[in-house]
Amino acid sequence: MNSRHSMTFRRYLVLGVITITASCGDTFLARGMKSLGPVSLAHPGALIHAIFSPWVASGIVLLIGFFASYLTALSWADLTYVLPASSLGYVIMTLLAKFWLHEHVSPLRWLGVVFITAGVGFVTRGPSYTDHSHHHATPAAHSPSETNTEPMAEEAHR
Amino acid sequence: MTSALLATSAMIAAIVISATAGDILTASAMRQVGDLDVIRQRSGILGAAGAVVTNGRFGLGVICLALSFFSLLFAFSHRDLSLIGPAATSLTFVTNALAAKFFLHENVDRRRWTAALFVCVGVALLAF
Repeated sequence: MNSRHSMTFRRYLVLGVITITASCGDTFLARGMKSLGPVSLAHPGALIHAIFSPWVASGIVLLIGFFASYLTALSWADLTYVLPASSLGYVIMTLLAKFWLHEHVSPLRWLGVVFITAGVGFVTRGPSYTDHSHHHATPAAHSPSETNTEPMAEEAHR
Repeated sequence: MTSALLATSAMIAAIVISATAGDILTASAMRQVGDLDVIRQRSGILGAAGAVVTNGRFGLGVICLALSFFSLLFAFSHRDLSLIGPAATSLTFVTNALAAKFFLHENVDRRRWTAALFVCVGVALLAF
């Protein structure tokens, strides 16, 4: 069986890293920009200054970590698995907004949290990867041009 | 349809279309590249990074994601964050499921549709 089919503990951990880095990265950026106040397009230098503030810089580092983990997950799981499975980040953002930024969270937002959690539950109980291995034998290493047999390049077969 | 509603719809459509194109191209690139864990074991982290950044579809995907980001910033400067953010994000879950089925030939079964719709509704509710 191709290793792309099975979800190991390490792979669930990568999904967890996506969830946490995305939500914490966005929250850190919001926290940093709130403390700096409104930035005018007439003074773009203020944006450069913002990048070096501790909260914004930490947020950017977390979002770089998010993108690296996201790409890793897409190399062994379907997009329609990774996106819902990692959407628990919205739940974490709501919890951070409530308990850290002390924002008001309405009952409808809590209902949204329930819907998202249910959606994550549905998708993670199913298979993570659609098998296209009958179209190509091995995963690529360094030469993407040699393996141009992936779904967008091949003929429709469903 | 009023011109304001038309403009709002066009802004949301621009964000959703560019974000979906970016996600599909990036996912397609990662399928072309192969399992990054295997490549990293074989060629190290620099080898894995090199395999990703030299992929043409990845470059196109990043350009589309950048377009989506700037479309989002443009929309934020004209409309409320609480309208644009959840509307664009939740719709992107549905368009990604459709595009993944037709372009990536992913097996989007009833379970995945249910998950995409639940997350779509959930994200929309976060606006209230």
